[in-house]
Amino acid sequence: MMTNHGNRLTQGQFSYLPDLTDAQITAQLEYALKNNWAVGVEYTDDPHPRNTYWEMFGNPMFDLVDPAGILMEISNCRKTFPNHYIRVTAFDSTRGRETPRMSYLVSRPKNEPGFIVERQERDGRNVGYTIRSYATGKPEGERY
Amino acid sequence: MSAAIPITPPASDVTADIAQLLAGLDRELVGLAPVKRRIAEVAALLAVDRARAGLGLRAQPPSLHMCFTGNPGTGKTTVALKMAGILQRLGYSRKGHLVAVTRDDLVGQYIGHTAPRTKEVLKRAMGGVLFIDEAYYLYRPENERDYGQEAVEILLQVMENQREDLVVILAGYKDRMERFFECNPGFGSRIAHHVDFPDYSNDELMRIAALMLERMGYAFDAPAAAAFERYLERRMARPHFANARSVRNALDRARLRHASRVFSRLATADRETLSTLVAEDILASRVFEDEAPDA
Repeated sequence: MMTNHGNRLTQGQFSYLPDLTDAQITAQLEYALKNNWAVGVEYTDDPHPRNTYWEMFGNPMFDLVDPAGILMEISNCRKTFPNHYIRVTAFDSTRGRETPRMSYLVSRPKNEPGFIVERQERDGRNVGYTIRSYATGKPEGERY
Repeated sequence: MSAAIPITPPASDVTADIAQLLAGLDRELVGLAPVKRRIAEVAALLAVDRARAGLGLRAQPPSLHMCFTGNPGTGKTTVALKMAGILQRLGYSRKGHLVAVTRDDLVGQYIGHTAPRTKEVLKRAMGGVLFIDEAYYLYRPENERDYGQEAVEILLQVMENQREDLVVILAGYKDRMERFFECNPGFGSRIAHHVDFPDYSNDELMRIAALMLERMGYAFDAPAAAAFERYLERRMARPHFANARSVRNALDRARLRHASRVFSRLATADRETLSTLVAEDILASRVFEDEAPDA
């Protein structure tokens, strides 16, 4: 399927690259911490692109100096949700609010069925398009 | 699991750096021979590990968790503060920052509160040194529903699994730490370095006093130095003597007396008057009360 090449979710940074290794994730985290960004770990099993708000795994991590602590939290999250999407988001508070500056996937389900495009016939031969993840047909927690 | 990238300075700098570091310690810390010896040993281990790695001999990351025990005022906290910087320069600690906590920062108030708190502290300390002052308060055997045990277990797990990410230093008075380790045998065995801080001798306390005065911008005149030596002898015999902390407190009180003495003729006070403690400032102390009649 052309729209979902290799049946891989492509959201956030680096998503067209092979999955990041822990060393690469550490290097990215290092960069975020160097800029004084707070880092949060989030997970979901509803990867629709408009689903902006994923669940936070634990609290966002402020005042960290070293990425090892975040990596520890990422592996905890992977253990808890082995078949969810997990992403890491770095928040910049320079403007007085927490603005995402980096966001990338660090874990994905083994099997990603991808999305379907649904066409809706409207008045005057107009067509409305919507996409839906195949996985979301099932209830939360049983999707992947 | 951990993708820690150790940051290590090139080997050629190491020997010089270690020598410089130990010299600096000797300058800044009076006495504390066993502590300095232990730091020298750790430094030597690093150099040897580096050399071994150069020859392809695999070395386990050493366990650097430490426990500082000793009487009040023997410099446990001071050394721990220095330790973070030392470990970073030795290449054992990536960031070399120190997170100092007590029981309150680790143990929560209600069920489910402790684990996130402890983990947050651990995460903040990653890449540096976690300093737990008065660590024996973590565990309260008299209260079996105390949440301290939970914090202890999380600490132990991280201390074991993430040695290269975190160095934990516990500090406390010797007898209480021993009781703490008896109740938590796993803790004692996971700490490689039990360093006992000896009490200072009279001579060392005098040198500490001189260092402290220098930092405060004061000086003793000769009779004051003699008086202070006598003061220390008497103070050491009295209860609740807290080594360097008592010295600092005594100097602070001497400064107060000096200030009130100089205050009355402040207008005419010159540089020397303002910065010199005389015997009178010392001898007014309570410890000399019993010899007051003949003095």
